[in-house]
Amino acid sequence: MKRVLAHPIGMVVVAVAVALVIAVGITSAVLVATGVPPLLTFERMLEHGTTPDSMVRILNNGTTYYLSAVAVAIGFKMRLFNIGVDGQYRLAALLAAALGGAVTLPPVLHQLVIILAAMFVGGMWAGIAGYLKVTRGVHEVISTIMLNFIATGITAYLLHVDRLAVPIGVNNIGTPPIDESGRVPGIPGDFLGSDRVVFGLVLLAALVGVGYWVVLNRTRFGYDLRAAGQSSTAAAASGVNVKRITLITMLLSGAVAGLVGMPQLLGESYTYALDFPAGLGFIGIAIALLGRNHPLGIALAALFWAFLDRSAQILAIHGTPTEISVIMQATMVLTVVIVYEAVHRWARRYQQQQVGQALGRTGVESE
Amino acid sequence: MSDGAASPPDVPAAVELHGITKRFPGVVANHDIDIRVAPGTVHAIVGENGAGKSTLMKILYGMHQPDEGTISVGGTTVRLGSPSEAIRHGIGMVHQHFMLADNLTVLENVVLGAERRHGIGARARARILELSEAYGLGVDPDERMAELGVGQRQRVEILKVLYRGAHTVILDEPTAVLVPQEVAELFGNLRELTREGLTVLFISHKLDEVLSIADTITVIRRGTTVATVDPTETSARELATLMVGEQLPVPELRESTVTDRPLLELQGLTVHSGERAVVEDVSLRVHAGEIVGIAGVEGNGQAELVEAVMGMRQPSAGTVRVAGQDVTGDTTRSLREKGVAYIPEDRHRHGLLLDSPLWENRMLGHQTQPPNARGVWIDRAGARADTRRIVDRYDVRTPGIDVLADALSGGNQQKLIVGREMSSAPTVLLAAHPTRGVDVGAQAAIWEHLRAARHEGLGVLLISADLDELIGMSDTLHVILRGRLVTEIDNPHALTPEELGSAMTGATAATGGAS
Repeated sequence: MKRVLAHPIGMVVVAVAVALVIAVGITSAVLVATGVPPLLTFERMLEHGTTPDSMVRILNNGTTYYLSAVAVAIGFKMRLFNIGVDGQYRLAALLAAALGGAVTLPPVLHQLVIILAAMFVGGMWAGIAGYLKVTRGVHEVISTIMLNFIATGITAYLLHVDRLAVPIGVNNIGTPPIDESGRVPGIPGDFLGSDRVVFGLVLLAALVGVGYWVVLNRTRFGYDLRAAGQSSTAAAASGVNVKRITLITMLLSGAVAGLVGMPQLLGESYTYALDFPAGLGFIGIAIALLGRNHPLGIALAALFWAFLDRSAQILAIHGTPTEISVIMQATMVLTVVIVYEAVHRWARRYQQQQVGQALGRTGVESE
Repeated sequence: MSDGAASPPDVPAAVELHGITKRFPGVVANHDIDIRVAPGTVHAIVGENGAGKSTLMKILYGMHQPDEGTISVGGTTVRLGSPSEAIRHGIGMVHQHFMLADNLTVLENVVLGAERRHGIGARARARILELSEAYGLGVDPDERMAELGVGQRQRVEILKVLYRGAHTVILDEPTAVLVPQEVAELFGNLRELTREGLTVLFISHKLDEVLSIADTITVIRRGTTVATVDPTETSARELATLMVGEQLPVPELRESTVTDRPLLELQGLTVHSGERAVVEDVSLRVHAGEIVGIAGVEGNGQAELVEAVMGMRQPSAGTVRVAGQDVTGDTTRSLREKGVAYIPEDRHRHGLLLDSPLWENRMLGHQTQPPNARGVWIDRAGARADTRRIVDRYDVRTPGIDVLADALSGGNQQKLIVGREMSSAPTVLLAAHPTRGVDVGAQAAIWEHLRAARHEGLGVLLISADLDELIGMSDTLHVILRGRLVTEIDNPHALTPEELGSAMTGATAATGGAS
């Protein structure tokens, strides 16, 4: 057990398992308190959440959540709290959708232009916060919250029939739909037994995850970023330009945030309309915390989150409040953060003892 | 002074530890510790780093619970489950690293966390003044922490402990950050405390200091108490033998290796902090094979000087040349790539990533160079192999290179830093307090590495508060006072620490002085 915990991966697995048990316990208590049988509820959720159509939906939503959480995690690695992923992805999706709908380009190029535009817009929007931080010392939490509001204002202003929008369907307006050439075909959901399609951009999300890991752990830039995140003073003394890294981290976080709307836009909606999903940036924060900023952890957390979202929908039919999934999500995040911290401290103490042990041995020998 | 060791046994001990044993899995950190601290005395506990002093103090301060043995305070056996329980029994601790908030006043710092005792207003202020008066601490409750020097900060820490009602004060390496004059003041304060009946537990590995302040000295080696001696009947050499079972290392240089090839040249270097010039018109030269020492009371511009040379601070005037090349205004990274190595003063703040494994710490500061990097990529295998080599060669005591830097003792962290900085074939080394807070064995090893590097033609700028180290290890010595180099000493080996100490305060020019 101790050896397992001393290993970073073992530690995470144990911490998450413990957290899951606690979260299930708390949720059960809430269910019992409201007079709903917990076991039956969980059974229904599991059943509904694992139907083929549900699984496709979970995969698709998970993809979106994943990108959002990676955007947040990039900031976290540098101790930057990018709360502004929400504003960044909405603004990026709107402008990229408008651009994609306005032009007609050969396939591949068309999608590429839309995606790069979204990354550019997201990066620039986050870059404002990064710039303010390094030049004026404005804390990124304050500036990104403000930028979220501004982004909401700008999207509301631009999403108007006089400006970027055209009427779409009944009671809805959106950017002109993107041509066939700019869409990303889905992956048939046959492998899950469903006739729905999985977003093609699930592959982009996977690519982002791999890229995140490689850049962070295998490149000099990633080393500088992690060093600056751990100790800006030590990083500066080692030759890292901490301000520059701060700005670049914000730009990268924003660029990935710009991707958040892409699977939905290019895989299903083809337009940024009034009903384009909102609030994904905040879900990303929770998932990044849940996944401990690790690309695989985030992937599991994103799928789990999407599973809870989806599986809770069945409860309404049985008269159980669907908020149960929200309670579970929230307790999950809290317990993971707490349990992880506890296990982390414990593992560190264990390691210090190991050092003591190694030294103690040599000490005894030479006595 | 001398009544400590011979304190009559019928007076209950202020603190008594009997048969204390503390095991961590597979290792015994402390065993059969017996210490009797007579009230109203300064009781010193000396031992090498890693000898078990800190574990013992943590037990006494309630941070660890002993597996065996008893602790009694004032004659009654107590169980100290936490620091707050220790405080309740009148045991307080002043940590080596101060825990003070710079932007608060002295009063606010003192009452922080102890608001229940005397509130946060007039009553608290009165109590602070009363304590300050009674023990001669000379603390002004309304001064802001940021404006206080190291010695004053330490007095505030002591006051914090007294304010919380401590009768026994544990001081962990209190002189590590002080210059001789401040040490003398601290010792004056400690005598004041004991005169008023308080008890002081003084942890140190500086034997001369221990001999001058302590009433009783207990020596710890390999986790157990090996002797309790009366300072009037022992010598530093005897204590050292008890501590390490070997002779005390002496900082000294053998034959001169100084060449006429300048590696580091500072010309008229001036650094401003806000409006104030903290380094003013500093010119000096370090040649290949030369160690140039900078002596000065802490806070006279040494830190800023080093940071300016290292590119961490922009000088407002003057030039810096490395191996003949003008590098004024270069970034830290470019300086590092040009072969400027750096042993920082504060290893936790500037030298290590505490949450990262040793091999990643080996890369720090050299992350752009082989064996740590290949192009834009990290060379994991190279860095790891070289970390293993450093661990071997520099005797870093660790079970492996994947443990976090935080898990190592201070001396071993420092050996890792020294090893890392020496491993990139540097031309110039800026060594700020290279042996601060490390034990005798590590100190000797670090001096030996400096000597070897000097022999191979390295130019070293040595900043230290350890006067013996400065005198023994420098080929040339400069005294810095209020940001200016006031005295240059070409033959520092002839100096005594006292002479150097008075030169540092600007009292007299030392021998061979040319200001």
